[in-house]
Amino acid sequence: MMKLDPKIPPGPLETKWDRRRFSEKLVSPTNKRRITVIVVGTGLAGASAASTLGQLGYQVECFCFQDSPRRAHSIAAQGGINAAKNYQDDGDSVGRLFYDTIKGGDFRSREANVYRLAQVSTQIIDQCVALGIPFAREYGGQLANRSFGGVQVSRTFYCRGQTGQQLLLGAYSALCWQIERGQVTMRPRTEMLDLVMIDGLARGIVARDLVTGRVSIHTAHAVVLATGGYSNVYYLSTNASGSNVTATYRAWKQGAAFANPCFTQIHPTAIPPGDAHQAKLTLMSESLRNDGRLWVPTMPADHRCPGDIPAGERDYFLERRYPRFGNLAPRDLASRAVKAVCDEGRGVGPGGQGVYLDFADVIGQQGLDVVRERYGNLFDMYQRITGEDAYHAPMRIYPAPHYTMGGLWVDYNLMSTIPGLFVIGEANFADHGANRLGASSLMQGLADGYFILPYTIGHYLATAKLTPVGEDHQESRAALQRVTSRVSRLLNAKGCRTAASFHREVGQLLWNHCGMSRNQEGLKSALTSIPALREEFWRDIMVPGSGEAFNQELEYAGRVADYLEFAELLCHDALHREESCGAHFREEYQTDDGEPQRDDSRFAHVAAWEYREGTSPVLHKESLAFEFVQPTTRSYQ
Amino acid sequence: MKFTLNIWRQKGSDERGRFVTYEAHDVSSGMSFLEMLDGVNQRLIVKGEEPVAFEQDCREGICGSCSLVINGIPHGPDRGITTCQLYMRRFPDGAVITIEPWRARAFPIIKDLVVDRRALDRIMQAGGYVSVPTGGAVDGNVLLISKDQAETAMDAASCIGCGACVAACKNASAMLFVAAKVSHLALLPQGKPERTSRVKAMLEAMDREGFGSCGNQNECEAVCPKRISVCFIATLNREYLRAGVVEPGLPAEPESPHAESV
Repeated sequence: MMKLDPKIPPGPLETKWDRRRFSEKLVSPTNKRRITVIVVGTGLAGASAASTLGQLGYQVECFCFQDSPRRAHSIAAQGGINAAKNYQDDGDSVGRLFYDTIKGGDFRSREANVYRLAQVSTQIIDQCVALGIPFAREYGGQLANRSFGGVQVSRTFYCRGQTGQQLLLGAYSALCWQIERGQVTMRPRTEMLDLVMIDGLARGIVARDLVTGRVSIHTAHAVVLATGGYSNVYYLSTNASGSNVTATYRAWKQGAAFANPCFTQIHPTAIPPGDAHQAKLTLMSESLRNDGRLWVPTMPADHRCPGDIPAGERDYFLERRYPRFGNLAPRDLASRAVKAVCDEGRGVGPGGQGVYLDFADVIGQQGLDVVRERYGNLFDMYQRITGEDAYHAPMRIYPAPHYTMGGLWVDYNLMSTIPGLFVIGEANFADHGANRLGASSLMQGLADGYFILPYTIGHYLATAKLTPVGEDHQESRAALQRVTSRVSRLLNAKGCRTAASFHREVGQLLWNHCGMSRNQEGLKSALTSIPALREEFWRDIMVPGSGEAFNQELEYAGRVADYLEFAELLCHDALHREESCGAHFREEYQTDDGEPQRDDSRFAHVAAWEYREGTSPVLHKESLAFEFVQPTTRSYQ
Repeated sequence: MKFTLNIWRQKGSDERGRFVTYEAHDVSSGMSFLEMLDGVNQRLIVKGEEPVAFEQDCREGICGSCSLVINGIPHGPDRGITTCQLYMRRFPDGAVITIEPWRARAFPIIKDLVVDRRALDRIMQAGGYVSVPTGGAVDGNVLLISKDQAETAMDAASCIGCGACVAACKNASAMLFVAAKVSHLALLPQGKPERTSRVKAMLEAMDREGFGSCGNQNECEAVCPKRISVCFIATLNREYLRAGVVEPGLPAEPESPHAESV
């Protein structure tokens, strides 16, 4: 029977983390040398964790499916990273960052975790500066800040529109140092395909070398998953095409609880989808909403050029609905507001799927040069993709799946329900509740990797009884067998449909029934369609080539097979949560003016799902106690 | 729109490669170049043939995965973009397009258009970092950095490590790649303590990996998707020269801060 013990230290919020660090057992330097830790994934969380563990003296084996650890998808984060530095003296504090994040997450995250995140946020900036990250500076030489959605202080640190890139390259450089020192063995182009469990503990992984096709067992004393989110289950998302759910989903099937999978963030400002061949949606940074104003024509089906529509016939709908926050309303509210005006027939562009993001006012007030300096690369990107010049006509944007707050359940120590399996970054569920605020994912990834996991994993390694295990252990062989039989099943189906065609179909199904808004009927119909589609997949999938060679289609088909199972879990969770909170909007639960209705009496819990073979997943609840903040109706009006 | 594609196919690093011609039909002008290739591959898969292997991931020009030489130019005809940011409206209907992998001794071909770029990672491992442990860093505002200096460091740091500079260079030199990292860290106070050892170690690693020397013809800058300036190669040369002057004839070792006045 699965037990969810969040292991939150009792006592005052401010000192929980200090006390936990003091009460944890340490591993002696001599013993660290004899301990191997596997880290899967080299994004912000994985690279920072692997480098820090290496520096502490552990032997680290680090895996990524990309050709280089530097290409993990954290690299694409544009806007910035939050920290409660209060350099602007505008009233920021650890307490305020904590409260903003808890409220932004619609009171569906743990107080203790979020407070710790806010506490370590300031160290992250110092660490990144020390690594040589070229943050934006003021003329006086101090670090610059900008504002981001959902908050009223300016606490976001940035490197132009490439903050994720610079932070990742910083973590990658730290990783390079540890590789050079021999502390980290890096295995690029290697994909984790299963988890090795021995005596109920996570003791290794099964991985496929993507160049040779060789499937092999890697054992260790503990396994850390930093494998990112699962937005690509929707087919079209802002994620990189390689981002996938396989590692976390395989761990789920070995007994790790999956928490709140239905909390999927739909980002309001992506370039609208074009034709059917489109492979991804491109994000336009949320920072654009600092200066850009969102509007649609007041009248439906108004096909005039935007410049010909007078001010009186424009609806600046975010400023109208959320006057206090205006265009900086949080992502979930902004996305739904965009959907609402498009559903009313007031959307612009092809198919009416789009709203204007207009910079005319700021260009008029501050000049073209200022706007070009601030957002030049984003405007260039927009022009390349759409062929339109956003300096002279407003951009068109539409929401797109972007980030997943759900993930493997972890306790305060970032350990999953499987002892020895730690989960960090976007791959876990912990800190963002039902909605993530902008510039918080970089903060969380680096907090987990640099400052939290390296402490907490030590306690596990110091206290667990870990006998030596090898590749020839029967559980290792069994895990290997699971992987090889699956690979051959994919190759031997020899059907006539491509993996992409199934991926597109399941993605469309989810987008329609479990996307920006959900209802019982739609979710139930999705739950009957998905198993049928999955059966068809295994009957009709075509994967050419061999398993013993570089075979990109085989990699992709394996990931799609997991989406086809995972999609069902997503719908189960969305169906169970009979309330609207954060990114999860159930049409049955809304006020008369379309605002979400949260139900704290029934749903102030984390929904953690346990895998059971051959039957529906089993729900376990971790109730969320709010000792320090009072959950209120989340109002940005 | 439709196009005729001459694509380099090669089963593995030890096999001989050759050009194979494919037709791309039903292409719309708003499609990206990679989406056009996706279409070609989908048709090959349905026929049971192996699709053309090529690298891509973020498809927004930042991860540095995509790496195609299009009509002889790394990342294609437009300046300042990666392959994934190239759209078919750039080509006339009916055009013949030749697609090849990065070609350099240091980048062995894995399959078709996919090459092994780990040599770049190994150059970074030789010294492309500040040796600072996690924890204990001073407040981020203790060392002031002028805006201009931070911006110039950022210009250099924006390298995405795609290797187009190598593919464009007739010597297959990785000078622009090395210059970007050396300049980025040399410009910032945090990078100063290891400034001398870093430049030597990274250049030695570049030679060891089989990259050529700089030919001073600037093809690298022309194809760089992040428009990294060859001025940074001048900075690199200056740093290298300086490293020789600061400690002439001595092995590369971290210097004392007092030596910085040289």
